[in-house]
Amino acid sequence: MAQISHDDSSAVVIIGSGAGGGTLAHELTRRGIKVVLLEAGARQSLESFSQVPGDAFAQLTWLEPRTFSGTSTVGIDYPTLPSWTCKTVGGTTVHWTGATPRIRPWEVKSRTTYGEIKGASLIDWPVEYSELEHYYGIAEKRMVVTRRNGNPGLPASNHFKVMYNGARRIGYKRVHTNYMAINTRPADGRGLCIQQGFCVQGCKTGAKWSTLYTEIPRAEATGNLDLRIQCRAARIEHGENGLVTGVVYRDPQGQEQRQKARIVCVACNSVETARLLLLSESARFPKGLANSSDQVGRNYSCHTGGFVWGLFDKPIHFWRGTTLAGIVEDETKHDPSRGFAGGYHLELAALDLPSLPLAGLPSTMWGRDLAFVLEHYRNMAGIFINGEDMPRATNRITLNPKVKDAFGLPVANIHNDDHENNAAMRAHAQRQSKALYEAVGAIRVVASRQTPATHNMCTARMSKDPADGVANAHGQSHDIANLFISDGSAMSTPGSANPTLTIVALALRQAEYIAAQMNAHAI
Amino acid sequence: MTSKTLIPRREFLSASGVLTGLLAVGSPLALLAPSRAWALELKALSSSDGATLMAVARTLAPHDKLDDAAYALVIQSVDADAAKNPQVLAMLHEGIQRLGPGFATAPESTRVQELKALESSDFFRTLRTSTLGVLYATPLAYAYFGYEGEAFSKGGYLLRGFNDLHWLPEVPPADSGPVPGA
Repeated sequence: MAQISHDDSSAVVIIGSGAGGGTLAHELTRRGIKVVLLEAGARQSLESFSQVPGDAFAQLTWLEPRTFSGTSTVGIDYPTLPSWTCKTVGGTTVHWTGATPRIRPWEVKSRTTYGEIKGASLIDWPVEYSELEHYYGIAEKRMVVTRRNGNPGLPASNHFKVMYNGARRIGYKRVHTNYMAINTRPADGRGLCIQQGFCVQGCKTGAKWSTLYTEIPRAEATGNLDLRIQCRAARIEHGENGLVTGVVYRDPQGQEQRQKARIVCVACNSVETARLLLLSESARFPKGLANSSDQVGRNYSCHTGGFVWGLFDKPIHFWRGTTLAGIVEDETKHDPSRGFAGGYHLELAALDLPSLPLAGLPSTMWGRDLAFVLEHYRNMAGIFINGEDMPRATNRITLNPKVKDAFGLPVANIHNDDHENNAAMRAHAQRQSKALYEAVGAIRVVASRQTPATHNMCTARMSKDPADGVANAHGQSHDIANLFISDGSAMSTPGSANPTLTIVALALRQAEYIAAQMNAHAI
Repeated sequence: MTSKTLIPRREFLSASGVLTGLLAVGSPLALLAPSRAWALELKALSSSDGATLMAVARTLAPHDKLDDAAYALVIQSVDADAAKNPQVLAMLHEGIQRLGPGFATAPESTRVQELKALESSDFFRTLRTSTLGVLYATPLAYAYFGYEGEAFSKGGYLLRGFNDLHWLPEVPPADSGPVPGA
């Protein structure tokens, strides 16, 4: 591993080691570029992953305070955890479920396809779909995605059999064990999936792709990576010419450090990426970095959804098996006759027993009603709705000066008002899920409300017109040539696909661009 | 639950309050514990506080056949928070006072009504979060609800029933995938 001096201004500094930052670090270092990778969390391993659900959650999750405002029920049901992100080497690729559907062609042209929607801030992506497809292809090979490139699907679990039969009986045609970055057989130096159902606790066989044990050690092996764990970025600094010059961060002892940089790439997951740009305000950039458009933090998008649980009178044991290995793709289309714009996926989802009542059911549920659901724990099946969220300029990340973190910096406030398009889509998806379960004999169907997003997107979005967003088609900020957005924040709109594959594809593309720009001495 | 939290009654000395009970015959814990009688000491709450909160937990998550010992662990966790934080203790005392001394022995319909009136209070939210957060994470709950928990050390479920459901037709190969080793 490289040791890069604090004064070395030739390095690229990447903040965050998840799907975007971890992939970018590997792609740059393998091209001979020196990278300092700052990660706020600690480094776990296959051996150290806890298999006690509550402990695993504490081991991997970003638990520092965030506040919430707005009409979304997330603020009611999950007041202390309005979004569910990670603080660990590998970021959310440690707790993700491995689902890797692609964004669809019309979803990168949503403004054109859906037209003007009141209260929405849709834009078309500045990236052509054909180009995105090219990088999807590379990403799917890299991550060994099932059902792509001749890789077999994961085998159907008990839980998927319920979804499959219900879906087919109500007429769905595109139902299978999902596109998963989880090994059906050993590949890429990683183990195979043993169907243990502990995907979000960290995969102890490494069957699930994570930058923690793929991109990051490979980047370290190049000799060009200086990974600094438990180092928390506090602000990005700039020089008189308006270009960024380095990152101020707190080291594991809490001491302030300053790392010089030729280029800074921000990949902290959308909430913290926006927060860091806003925290980096200066006399020259009083609204924060890359924010002359006032778009940093705006258009905060999740996925519209929540859980739907089917209760049966026969056993399913839904905790056995790969958590998200099942998908219905039929509703992923733009068909306004359903009463809303955009589409959604229905994905298989189980929760461990300790997590189900607090994470999977509305906070209004208690007493006999709650007990009835839990008494059917052996006989439950679950769906996670993953639908396109309608972006709004007023749904945004801001700094909350009333609540400070351990270093005295204002925490992020998440404001989220549910758009009526989301409400219509969620209701449709809940009805369809209910019909699906009833078709195979469900005795009762129960829905959660919106759950805390682990899919946080669009807070520093790519836009053709600098007035509409924060970055260009390569994630390079419109305002500052050597400042890049390298995570889901850069997505122009959320689409209806789980975002990790798209984030990896964009990072692969961005790495080529950064390397070319550095070679040409453009930055 | 370990034998550390299930201490024989005679070992009590200076606890503020105490919760006691009998493990149900056939309870998975009865096989492990030295005796069916259990007792749990409270640091900040009195015995009567404990009894009221036990009734709250049983009203919020009423599983009639689940051992009282599982609910007692909820109260132990709430008590530990109260022992650390006087504000939590004051909030609990206020809630307990509002519910009144008859709450613990009132019929379920009355208890539900009384709790409904407190639904928006910190007391209710704290007790709901603690009850749901602690109760279903206990080994007693795992056994009661049939949840098998950690599976890595046993090789996952690949060879232990991830696909043993036979009351529905099998998924065609194109929409499924090969079972390794099968």
